[in-house]
Amino acid sequence: MTFSNDKSAAATDTLRGRPRRRRVRTGEGAGGRGVPLPLLVPALIGLAFLIVPLIALLVRAPWRSLPDLLTSAEVWQALRLSLVCATAATAVSLVIGVPLAWLLARVEFPGRGLVRALVTLPLVLPPVVGGVALLMALGRNGIVGRWLDSSFGITLPFTTTGVVIAEAFVAMPFLVISVEGTLRAADPRYEEAAATLGASRFTAFRRVTLPLIAPGIAAGAVLAWARALGEFGATITFAGNFPGRTQTMPLAVYLALQSDPEAAIALSLVLLAVSVAVLAGLRDRWMTAG
Amino acid sequence: MTEPRYAASEAAGASDTAAAASDVRADPSDEGLDAHLVVERGTFRLDVALRAAPGEVVALLGPNGAGKTTALRALAGLTPLTGGRLRLDGTARERTPPESRPVGVVFQDYLLFPHLTALDNVAFGPRCQGASKAEARARAAEWLGRLGLAEHAGAKPRRLSGGQAQRVALARALATRPRLLLLDEPLAALDARTRLEVRAQLRRHLAEFEAVAVLVTHDPLDAMVLADRLVVVEDGRVVQEGAPADIARRPRTDYIAQLVGLNLYRGEADGHAVRLDAGPAITTTEALRGPVFVAFPPSSVTLYRDRPTGVSARNLWACEVAGLETHGDQIRADLAGELPLAADLTTAAAAELDLHPGAAVWAAVKATQTHAYPV
Repeated sequence: MTFSNDKSAAATDTLRGRPRRRRVRTGEGAGGRGVPLPLLVPALIGLAFLIVPLIALLVRAPWRSLPDLLTSAEVWQALRLSLVCATAATAVSLVIGVPLAWLLARVEFPGRGLVRALVTLPLVLPPVVGGVALLMALGRNGIVGRWLDSSFGITLPFTTTGVVIAEAFVAMPFLVISVEGTLRAADPRYEEAAATLGASRFTAFRRVTLPLIAPGIAAGAVLAWARALGEFGATITFAGNFPGRTQTMPLAVYLALQSDPEAAIALSLVLLAVSVAVLAGLRDRWMTAG
Repeated sequence: MTEPRYAASEAAGASDTAAAASDVRADPSDEGLDAHLVVERGTFRLDVALRAAPGEVVALLGPNGAGKTTALRALAGLTPLTGGRLRLDGTARERTPPESRPVGVVFQDYLLFPHLTALDNVAFGPRCQGASKAEARARAAEWLGRLGLAEHAGAKPRRLSGGQAQRVALARALATRPRLLLLDEPLAALDARTRLEVRAQLRRHLAEFEAVAVLVTHDPLDAMVLADRLVVVEDGRVVQEGAPADIARRPRTDYIAQLVGLNLYRGEADGHAVRLDAGPAITTTEALRGPVFVAFPPSSVTLYRDRPTGVSARNLWACEVAGLETHGDQIRADLAGELPLAADLTTAAAAELDLHPGAAVWAAVKATQTHAYPV
């Protein structure tokens, strides 16, 4: 009598306050139902498809010469530039992206749906197109760049600042979407409670909303940072590929692949390590579901 | 030792206000709340007049969806008025944004800021009003102490029990020294046992509060225990207001009659007989003329399976049992028929009568048990 056994087990569980998951697991075991092949085979192929390239990278890595390759001046230069630019791009995204997310989540205005669509566009836009668009806007003859050049003597393309701009353009939507989602999930009545206590809207945002959505902001910032670190298309289009100035890790990898494949693998390993570290950092937020 | 009123310990602030008040306004009737709240939203229209003197506790009582919470939000400035006015201590406040109104709110689920300790939650208001960090914290500590929460000052809201969280929320609202304190279903989030205790505490704190307090509830017991005056709101309008005892004795709508557990009818009185608008006549003790309400408690109804012969009650109606439910240690019979009414009887009596839905019964009520009053 499996049924009555299950039932009494469940009753005992309830009495002891244990989670009921155990019963579910027992039920599955008792049924002994396998995974259907039409699902299992593609699933395993999919798994291999994602993992084999990474394994290949590790297998083909020139482990012996790795220390020399990684300590070369070019690698350090590219790595440092990548980290600095990605971090700066994330900072820029935070400063202007969080208020933008707040605006989208909390203020009703005509055309809000359109604005949200425009904000998300860089998410799906090919980065190269983003780079070209940035050139049209901020290049020497761009609609804004011309004015920046003539009025302030500021030139943005093909500079380190240009790298930061290109990366921020591509990465900020990740932050905005993530923060807006968190804001929408957060109870707006906390802001009302703050208002009844005498807080202006800005004070309520700073002292109540911001701390409440801090985890969402952190997650969004990590996403944006990771995206900025790997940014290639917009960077090479808008900022070019000058070692020490605009040559970030992805550009260095690409360039090295043509001349020195071993160096490319070594550089790739560094980026892989950084990615794994980011994933570990996000583990609490997204991996606990498993 | 007398318990100091909350105003006393804030003597400086209070006397300032008092001095200013005597300079500007001579008319003491300006003190307190004088509001006519009109909020239109789609097909719903809230139109409620509300007046209260300092020290008074008013309960807005009504069924869900009656507009009580909308009224409360309008008072706090969280929902804009589409019409009417709001005067607080003689000052027009209908255009004042919520952060500038001298209004404190205790929300239904308290909305304590989860990232701040109890102390910092209470200090939030004074801080926003311009107090220094140390000053705000000192004031917050004082409030927590007054509400018996001194040892929980460092606790985050999630570590507080329901009753404690409620008191922190009250302390947080009071720490801004509001001239109008609003409480939205202050006891709804508590379990039955805590509720009893917290209700008594809240009653004491509200009695000590020197300005106007308005609370919103759908629980008649909360309203009657906590408030000096009830304002019953149904469908966006005030249907009755007055002292709790008065409303309990003389309900004017079915909703209130049900709340206070009375059968209520409306009819035309001619001496001791009241011809009901729908249904038979009822004989009453009071001799009245014109439109009246007649009320009697379900416990005064006697049920019979066969038409009683030796009963002197002239109020005798043929009914049918529409439903039965336990009501404490009693059974509440819902009767349909000549006169729809509720009757209370003991479990034993119900068994003896073999009551079941659909059973035909005779219901009798003595004239002395009824209460008639003019509309």
